[in-house]
Formats: sequence, structure tokens, C-alpha cells
Amino acid sequence: MNVIGYISSIFKGVISLLKGMKVTGSYFFRPWTVVTQKYPENRKTLVMYERMKGEIVMPHNANNEHKCTGCGICEINCPNGTIEVISKQIQTEEGKKKRIIDKHIYRIGMCTFCGLCVKTCPSNALAFAPNFEHAVFNRAKLTKVLNQEGSVLEKGVE
Amino acid sequence: MVEEVQNKIDTEEEYTINMGPQHPSTHGVLRFVVSLKGEIVKNVQPHCGYIHRGIERMCEKLTYQQIIHLTDRMDYLSAHINNAAVCLTVESALDIEVPERVKYIRTIIEELNRIASHQLWWCAFGMDLGGLTCFFYGLRDREKILDIFEESTGGRLIQSYNCPGGLMNDIHPNFQQKVKDFIKYFRKVLPEYDQLLTGNVIFQERTKKVGYISKEEAINYGLTGPSGRGSGFACDVRKRAPYHMYDKVNFKEILYTEGDTLARYKVRIDEMWESMNIIEQLIDNIPEGDFAVKMKPIIKLPEGEFFQRVESARGELDVFIVSDGNKNPYRVKFRSPNLVNLSAINIMSKDQKIADLVAISGSLDLVIPCMDR
Repeated sequence: MNVIGYISSIFKGVISLLKGMKVTGSYFFRPWTVVTQKYPENRKTLVMYERMKGEIVMPHNANNEHKCTGCGICEINCPNGTIEVISKQIQTEEGKKKRIIDKHIYRIGMCTFCGLCVKTCPSNALAFAPNFEHAVFNRAKLTKVLNQEGSVLEKGVE
Repeated sequence: MVEEVQNKIDTEEEYTINMGPQHPSTHGVLRFVVSLKGEIVKNVQPHCGYIHRGIERMCEKLTYQQIIHLTDRMDYLSAHINNAAVCLTVESALDIEVPERVKYIRTIIEELNRIASHQLWWCAFGMDLGGLTCFFYGLRDREKILDIFEESTGGRLIQSYNCPGGLMNDIHPNFQQKVKDFIKYFRKVLPEYDQLLTGNVIFQERTKKVGYISKEEAINYGLTGPSGRGSGFACDVRKRAPYHMYDKVNFKEILYTEGDTLARYKVRIDEMWESMNIIEQLIDNIPEGDFAVKMKPIIKLPEGEFFQRVESARGELDVFIVSDGNKNPYRVKFRSPNLVNLSAINIMSKDQKIADLVAISGSLDLVIPCMDR
């Protein structure tokens, strides 16, 4: 390689490096384009998208009523055995036998968030909630009971 | 002194070292057993199977709706495309015509997914070759696509948005506007990628004429996707066997004939431009209609063998389902583009420097969970 070629290649290299640095340097003068968010400092103002698949919940209304009839379709559709529905038989006031849920167990550690349980539920009893902070110290805390204590089936849901 | 050491290296016999399983530039748990003479690579032997989960076997125990969520976990960077591959196979087996709206939305989200995948590849490739800045710039733009996904589908990396017969739910009302904003933004930002990395003299020196593979060898080894198109092998399934809306939109099949690492890089950069063209043609004309066909709760495929090809971000992904008429498939086989692309790494890196092996394996854009399944 001759001397002129050698020197010109050095200049070419420096120019190509300066081109890249022009891009990065221009962001110093455009601080409003910086997108960094300070988590967890901004935890209070953080709004997630409403459809976010954070965890599965069973929405209850103000009278502590849910819509789960205990049919077990979510349990059949779940590919990983995440959901377990424990139901019990009770006698209604008219003397008929009726099946209600005792416990709707949801193991979030096994859940893959495929959304089949929410989609196939015939009475729309399950929903996704946009909570994402699931870290716990004890693995037992990952098993959740979705129906609240003392809750009953909403009227009109069969 | 220098000559003495040089002599010793030259006369020394070949020796073997491990690259991986835990190596930052293998992008997962992949192990290369590299035979070296000095620092010249003589032979590369990939060992895979470290994250084998038996997805194909697990599929045999699940119903067709449940298979979808496992395909997400294969090639997680083009999760939506994997989902669509299984859905298309099931739909074609049952002779179901999905609504136009579904086809439009699937195409748009697939192209967004392709852009997101190439962005992450660009970040990681730049970082492999020593340009850490790329990583931040690429991820910043990828975040915007993930936000679009999250708003409509609920998932960011893994969406599980397709189901046999259509989509899980309709797109969010903001979807069209957000995609348009993103395209407008990304058209401005993508030239920055070129300024940052493509023209950089160090990058050029490290990629030009490195990892050459000729067109004949690329066909012999079955290279598909951007890796094959970098060698001039026209293998885009979107052109050859169109599915979704790809036969109704205008787009170029990117071809480079150099066959080296830089060519494979350029194919992916140009594909991002083409993907944006495809999205722009579709985004304004999404027809009204249902987002899914009403399907039976238990899908039973007729007896027989069903096959579907799709173009994932890394190459040709094939799904082959053998059904015996039950609700579970008898056998499912996925042709992973990564495993096939990996097979060419030995011939590509022959007589190259050991440092170039990083560039070559990076340019193949390997996703290890897809390889091992």
C-alpha cells in the first residue's frame, strides 16, 4: 500500500466515525426525544394498556358477586394445568341441587398467558388484569384463589 | 521473537475450543466446538439441544387451539408468524375461508413483527461487532412496535393473537393511527441506522468478504430467508407461494449477490423498508367485518397430511400436520429456518479468523429456541 492510499484511508475512517458520532451527538441537543422512563420511581403514574395480559382475575361487583358457575371449561381448555376448579353441591331453597364453586385455583407460575380460558369462558367470569409485578419470595404465594371469600354467584348467570 | 511464536503457531496441530454454551454472541445456549489452527478456523461443529423442550411431542397431546401458544415459544422474535403458520394449516385442512379483515390484520401485524425482529437483530449484530450504541437505538424503536402489539393483542414479545379461524379479539381503535405514526417516525429514523453502522469503517472491514457462501452452496444447504437472499437465492415464500394478502400488494424481493456478511446485513435493512411499504398499502383499507369465523369448540381435522409454508423473519417456516381424525394431531413437524441456516456455518467460516465467526453466526440471525424446539 502506498503512502497516499494509507493516509487517505485514515481520513476516510475518521470521516465515517464522525458521521456516526453526528447522529449520537445530535441527541444531546434534542433532549425531548429521549424516551427513558424511571421505573420504579414513576410507579404511581404508570398506566398500562387495558388489554395487557398481566394476570388472570375474576372480577367481583360491589355486592361481592362473581359470574363463575363452576362449569370447568377453563380447566379443560388450559394447556398447562394452571387452573383447577373445585366445586361443591348445595341445596337451594326450592330443594334443587346446584353446583357452585368452592375454590377457583390459579397457579400463575405455570400460566403461559395464552388467553384460552378468558376467551372460552361462557359467562365471561374471567378477565386479564394489567398487573405485572409478580415477584414474590415464596413459591406458595404464586398459587392464588380467584374467588373472594364469601362471594356468591351473580343473579341471572346460569 | 515474533517469528518464533509465528512458527510455533503455524506448525502446531489443530486444537479445539468451545464457544458457548454460555457465550454472549451465540444469542442463547448454543455450543460451537471450533477446531483452530492458530486463530484460523478449520472446522466448526455446532452442538444444539440445550433448550430442547419437546414442543413437537407436546403438540401431540394438545388440541389445535392449544398448539398455538407453544409455537410462540419457538421463534419468539417472530411469534405472530409462527402462530399464523399453524392457523393457516388448520384452516386449509378444514377449508375455512377467513374474512378479509383477518387477512389484512394478520399481514400488517406480521410485517410489524418482521420489522421488530430485524430491529433486534440489528441491535445484537452491532453489539457483537463492538458497537454498543446500536443496541440502544434499535431497542428504542422496537419499543414503539411492542406498544402497538400490547395495545391490541395484550402481549409484547409473545402475543398468542391468532387462533384457528381468525383472531382472539378485534384490533384496538387506536391501532391504525398508531401504526401510521410509527411508519412516519421510522422512515425518518431508519437512515440513522445506516449512518451509525453501515458506513462505519470498522464495520465494513469486519463484514466485507467475510463468511462468503455462493448461490449454489446456499441452495444445497437450504439457506432461506435473508441469509439465502444475500447469496442471490430467490426464496421469498411471500412471492413464491403467497398467503394472506401478499399476492395483492406490491413489494420487491430483496436480492443481493455478494453472499457475504454485509450482503445479508443489507438484505435485512432493505426488508425493513419493504415491510413498511406493505403496511402502508394495507393500513388504510382494512375492511369492516368479523374478526373471526365461528368455530366449533373442539376442532377435529379430517384424516390426512397437511402442509403450509410461511416466511418468518429468519426464513422459511414449514408446518406439517398428520391427523388421524382425532382432536389431537397424530404428528406435528416444524421446519425451523434456524436449524437449516446453522448447517451452513461450517462452510461459511472455513479459513476465517475466530473473531469473524461471531460476525458470521450473527449474520445468520439464529434464534436458539426455534432450533431446539
